[in-house]
Amino acid sequence: MADVKRDTPAAPGFDLFGFLARFAPLIFLVVLMAVFYLLEPRFLSQVNLFNVMRQVSITGLLAIGMTFVILTAGIDLSIGSLLAFAGLVAAAVAKGGLQDRFTVGEDAVGYGWQLAALAAIAIGIAGGWLQGVAITRLKVPPFVVTLGGMSVFRGAALLFAAGGPISGFDRAFTWWGQGYIGPVPVPVVVFLVAAVIAHIVLRYTRYGRKVYAVGGNPEAARLAGLNVNRIILSVYVIMGFFAGLGAFVLAARLNSAEAVAGTGYELTVIASVVIGGTSLFGGVGSVFGTVIGALLIGVLLNGLVLMNVSSYIQQIIIGVIIVLAVAFDTFAKSRRRRA
Amino acid sequence: MTTQAGPQAVPQTTPPAAPLLRMTGIGKRFPGVIALDGVDLEVGAAEIHALLGENGAGKSTLLKILSGAQPPDTGTITLGGDTVAFRSPHEAQMRGIVTIYQEFTLAPNMTIAENVFIGREPGSRLFMNWKRMAEATRVVTARVGLERSPMTLVRDLSVAEQQMVEIARALSMDSRLIVMDEPTSALSASEVEKLFAIVRKLKADGISVIFVTHRLEEVMTICDRYTVLRDGRHVGKGAVAETSIDGIIRMMVGRAVDTLFSGRESATPGPVALEAKGITRRRHAQDPHAIELDGVSLAVREGEILGIAGLVGAGRTETARAIFGADPFDAGEVLIGGQKVSIRTPQDAIRAGVGLVPEDRKQQALFLSLAIRTNLSIAALDRIDRFGIFIDHKKETALVEEYKKLLNIRMASPEQLVGNLSGGNQQKVVLARWLALRPKVLIVDEPTRGIDVGAKVEVHNLLFEMAKTGIAVIAISSELPEILAVSDRIVTMREGRVTGEVSRAEANEERLMTLMTLGRAKAA
Repeated sequence: MADVKRDTPAAPGFDLFGFLARFAPLIFLVVLMAVFYLLEPRFLSQVNLFNVMRQVSITGLLAIGMTFVILTAGIDLSIGSLLAFAGLVAAAVAKGGLQDRFTVGEDAVGYGWQLAALAAIAIGIAGGWLQGVAITRLKVPPFVVTLGGMSVFRGAALLFAAGGPISGFDRAFTWWGQGYIGPVPVPVVVFLVAAVIAHIVLRYTRYGRKVYAVGGNPEAARLAGLNVNRIILSVYVIMGFFAGLGAFVLAARLNSAEAVAGTGYELTVIASVVIGGTSLFGGVGSVFGTVIGALLIGVLLNGLVLMNVSSYIQQIIIGVIIVLAVAFDTFAKSRRRRA
Repeated sequence: MTTQAGPQAVPQTTPPAAPLLRMTGIGKRFPGVIALDGVDLEVGAAEIHALLGENGAGKSTLLKILSGAQPPDTGTITLGGDTVAFRSPHEAQMRGIVTIYQEFTLAPNMTIAENVFIGREPGSRLFMNWKRMAEATRVVTARVGLERSPMTLVRDLSVAEQQMVEIARALSMDSRLIVMDEPTSALSASEVEKLFAIVRKLKADGISVIFVTHRLEEVMTICDRYTVLRDGRHVGKGAVAETSIDGIIRMMVGRAVDTLFSGRESATPGPVALEAKGITRRRHAQDPHAIELDGVSLAVREGEILGIAGLVGAGRTETARAIFGADPFDAGEVLIGGQKVSIRTPQDAIRAGVGLVPEDRKQQALFLSLAIRTNLSIAALDRIDRFGIFIDHKKETALVEEYKKLLNIRMASPEQLVGNLSGGNQQKVVLARWLALRPKVLIVDEPTRGIDVGAKVEVHNLLFEMAKTGIAVIAISSELPEILAVSDRIVTMREGRVTGEVSRAEANEERLMTLMTLGRAKAA
């Protein structure tokens, strides 16, 4: 009988809770930065700020893809493994094979960074597509499929490179991880450009609308004529694309690819998305929020390092923040329902 | 049924007909709705009592109060002479009242014995005594004639057997009164016979049964007395032997049939817009409770409103969903504008010009966490896109404004969350979504469920407007007055079959109710 409700045609008064719910991540980010600045003035130096952004750019890229997945109420735990596998394949392509994997620098001959990047992205897309098919056709929950994928891709990475790293790329390759455009590190540019494009896709395209609709109510989306399975499949492909892109940039930054790369990334990435206000229940969230969420985690970790807090404690803090962010989301959801 | 029951019949020492259960003046209101208004219900010892009424007459609410699931606002309940007030279903069960719902509450992956004694397992505090539990289970299952080992998993039982487990559980609680809500709706004819044998045996053992059913023939066969509810009041009671099916139907329908017939002039309908032929849908292993459809055929013309009337479980919604491609069907075909169309998914139906306003607005139609804008335009993105990729914000705003005016949707802005609208305005958003698609055929399932009276009239007028523009409308409703008010022609359904077709001129509630409760399959 909840339908017996008065209409409120006039714009409702200022809703403090709604305002907080919307901008909480941004407010929290600003407060955190202020606190760190007071405790350690070096924090706000230009060098340090770009440093923070470069650190978050890889997981940030993955978090953009994860935003699409979580908007459909899905999850992808396999990204760290997929990134490692895609990075190794890219590295092998860049070096023209697995023979001289340790040859460093300009001596290396291969197929160039273009093909390497394509290979990484192709592997990522293929991995995401496979998982998407398992989720939509075999009807296995995303959590289980990508938990399996986590193991499969890690195994594939170890198998592919026989456990060892592949390092030493030419300068055109490493520019993507180590170079600068003006004062701005290249990975930061890649991250921000990708974020803007993803934001436009989600906000201003038919496709973006459908992602929100499927996440908001899959049955209603189906009855409104959307191909729900195709949308769900597509978000895992997009996730795979970003895993591949992230793999390429990471290999370029470290001048090396290895099978254990990306371990534990899923935690940071999912945390970025959830802290940024995207609901694990689907249908609510934005790329803008995810960028803020990623920066928040970056600032937090960086600030803790500057204050000499042990990295073990950092892990504990990240874990607690994830739980709090989801608790906040659940609370906001129950409020929406009562509203 | 005048003879007194078997040897264990309760001795008639108390003053004349002191009933086992007496509910007096029961009232219950929900925000904006009076669900029950001074209802009385009396059930004697060892009596099989039929509780009857149309959908929405208040039966379910009364049962919830009786079973302790909800407290009444007013009224008293006496059981065997004591005044009682149940605060939970558990308390009602302790006093011997057990309710068996349509949707069974058994745990499918547990054994019969575990289900019978769930929460009351014999044994010590830590460990249950399986042997004693199995023996006790065998005693009660034997009483209902269930020949299965107590260690059988419930999921391996048929629907009828699961029902027997429910009854056995009630017996194990020493119940004096068993309430059965639509117990026969999922059973075959022979299973119904078996159930009746069990019910008669319960009666012989001195147990009373309240029987809620839509099948009036069953009432005549098995019940001793009856109570009829209508619009939250009791409107009749008595001995079954002293009435007839016709008499009961008259009581169930009862209201003044001359209610506000809208001044809608009979339109002259155009050619057939949609025809469904022999739609058949069988129960599948994955969905044993699904309602079957058996050769449903119907046709609707351009500019016509076709009503589908039927009781809960008659297959109205299932027919609509099959035509729309929301559920698969096993046989039959759909013709649109005379052309056979293959409809496997809602997309196919939409492409062919068919829309569906589903019965459950919140679960099946709305994106509650999204803006009105998104909710309204989601099916008609073709009308507001640029280069086939982007959404043209201005065109979308214009679309929302257009339908806001047309349907008189009261909202603050297109960005308002649809979840914050009233039921009536939410329903208008759903209707607008389909109108924006410019459909040839629009199916509306319970278009005014849960919305207030004013909005109801608006929705009805909208249906008339749609028909005027040439849209073929199929309207499904549990409320007969609504069906009578909006339809040009009415098809009745019962148990997955079409049982009759009545033009508006010939239609009245009694006629429809008869076809809905007694009608045989119409020869195709």
